[in-house]
Amino acid sequence: MTTIVSAGAATSEGGQELRPRGEISQKALMREAGAVLRLSESAAAALSDVVSDVDEDQSMIINMGPQHPSTHGVLRLMLELQGETVLRCKPVIGYLHTGMEKTGESLTYLQGGTNVTRMDYLSPLNNELVFSMATEKLLGIDGEIPERAQWMRMLLSELNRMSSHLLFLATNGMDLGAVSMMLYGWREREEVLRFFQKVTGLRMNHNFIRPGGLAADLPAGWRDDVLHLLEMLPDRLAEYEILMTGQPIWRERLQGVGVITQSEAIALAATGPILRSTGLAWDLRRDLPYLKYREVEFDVVVGAHGDAYDRYAIRLQEIRESMRIVRQILDKMPSGDYRIQNKKVTPPPRGRIDESMEALIHHFKIFTEGFKVPEGEVYVAIESPRGEIGCYIASDGSSVPYRMHVRAPSFVNVQCLPHMMRGGLVADAVAVISSIDPVLGEVDR
Amino acid sequence: MATTLDLPGVVAHESHGQRVLFVEKTTYLAAVTALYDAGFTMCVDLTAVDYLAHASRVVPDGVVAQRFEVVVNLLSLANRERVRLRVQVGDGESVASLFDVHPSTEAMEREVFDMFGVRFDGHPDLTRILMPEDWDGHPLRKDYAQGRIPVQFKGAAS
Repeated sequence: MTTIVSAGAATSEGGQELRPRGEISQKALMREAGAVLRLSESAAAALSDVVSDVDEDQSMIINMGPQHPSTHGVLRLMLELQGETVLRCKPVIGYLHTGMEKTGESLTYLQGGTNVTRMDYLSPLNNELVFSMATEKLLGIDGEIPERAQWMRMLLSELNRMSSHLLFLATNGMDLGAVSMMLYGWREREEVLRFFQKVTGLRMNHNFIRPGGLAADLPAGWRDDVLHLLEMLPDRLAEYEILMTGQPIWRERLQGVGVITQSEAIALAATGPILRSTGLAWDLRRDLPYLKYREVEFDVVVGAHGDAYDRYAIRLQEIRESMRIVRQILDKMPSGDYRIQNKKVTPPPRGRIDESMEALIHHFKIFTEGFKVPEGEVYVAIESPRGEIGCYIASDGSSVPYRMHVRAPSFVNVQCLPHMMRGGLVADAVAVISSIDPVLGEVDR
Repeated sequence: MATTLDLPGVVAHESHGQRVLFVEKTTYLAAVTALYDAGFTMCVDLTAVDYLAHASRVVPDGVVAQRFEVVVNLLSLANRERVRLRVQVGDGESVASLFDVHPSTEAMEREVFDMFGVRFDGHPDLTRILMPEDWDGHPLRKDYAQGRIPVQFKGAAS
């Protein structure tokens, strides 16, 4: 008999759970083990070993999560183990579902930013950016965004990528026992967040990038703050390299763990560092450029083995590439307006409100009723630290989206977990989850 | 670029410069398979829209608007291009699952089923994914109004 160790009926999700192997067909078993992933013949042959050579009484199904420090939030994995080996794995999600897509249908386009920014709470500015870009495309003003606004958006997006990757390094270190790395990563991330606080007023959930541009211009002295970050980080990154990259223990824990091949990653629509770790140089910033990415030089970092170590190394190196982009942004940042001057979407300047009744009414209407967006539908995607984040908006011509859907990279990437874990050790499961870098706020929305 | 699809029931369209194909339910799977062969090897996104409250929406000639629309975003890595498929699905109807062509749609189709109640034929594990398994209704439907139904708590005596 397969034993199911469960915290009690309270965590039961019925059919969403991993079922004991005695209850499902051989075909379903093969599918759960990843037979549909266009595997190579040898991999498919190895697969049948994992699946069929196990008696039911030799395996055990255990829950990892939803409350588990290394599952990065409320991710629940059901693992079928044979001794220390993971035979099957199924992620059970939804514990953080708050209906954000439904909420998005009752918020105006100007309020929508406060909603989407809370999805991937580690890269809020990228969420706001993709939502704003989708709205602008529907409004037909996407070609009229001032230069400075675009460069500012790029600056914030890249700094956000750095802060997100720094947090990944911190949690990845913590998951694998390098506790000092956790402190270092959070420390450096805090420096970036301090800059965000100065610019936007908030450390997270900024609602700073808005349809039409940004909420405000960069504050005085912003250049010095960015330069301070750029000066501080290279030495700190070199420290990480000493602490982790070259460490035999670190390499031992990550190399060859959670391997995924290129065709499997494409079949599972994995994007971002996961796809790049398989050797495919695919980065929306370079391949389907948006903002001003055509005008900056940077390299797309790729791996070769598709394992957890490559994903770690890619993210570390991507921080350096982001710094390279930020340096170019500092040189090229033009002066000008930080938002579009279009009365339809832009509120009047503060000074006008005191002297003009019309300006006051205009201001009031924009923030209460919002602006009407022409009927249509659009999908816009950008490169977030975790992969392709997309925003699909269908408008019925009113001032709220008829339907607002966010293609969350983590939601799709989590599907790679069963495949990466199969045949590995349960201790490596932690390393695999960490290397996906999921944000559960975005998985469940 | 612009791979042409020689299939019946496919109407090409453009939305804000983006390529959109309106595909009939019956040719949906064949169209996706043909596009796969044409290089669209990644299904980045699959979602749906409930047009109950906006039935008068504009669709090109030859397309009969239905209540639901399944929206599929395909990506060609080789040609760096995207195409969007819009499939009309009536209330209570089901569509073919893309699972065999694009395994990435496993979770996405489950989400659409969970949120809209659209069923996918041939999906290996069509259970809810975000809501609890015993949940009543499909939250992203337009007739599932916010605040008008009592809040459901799991396992509580009602």
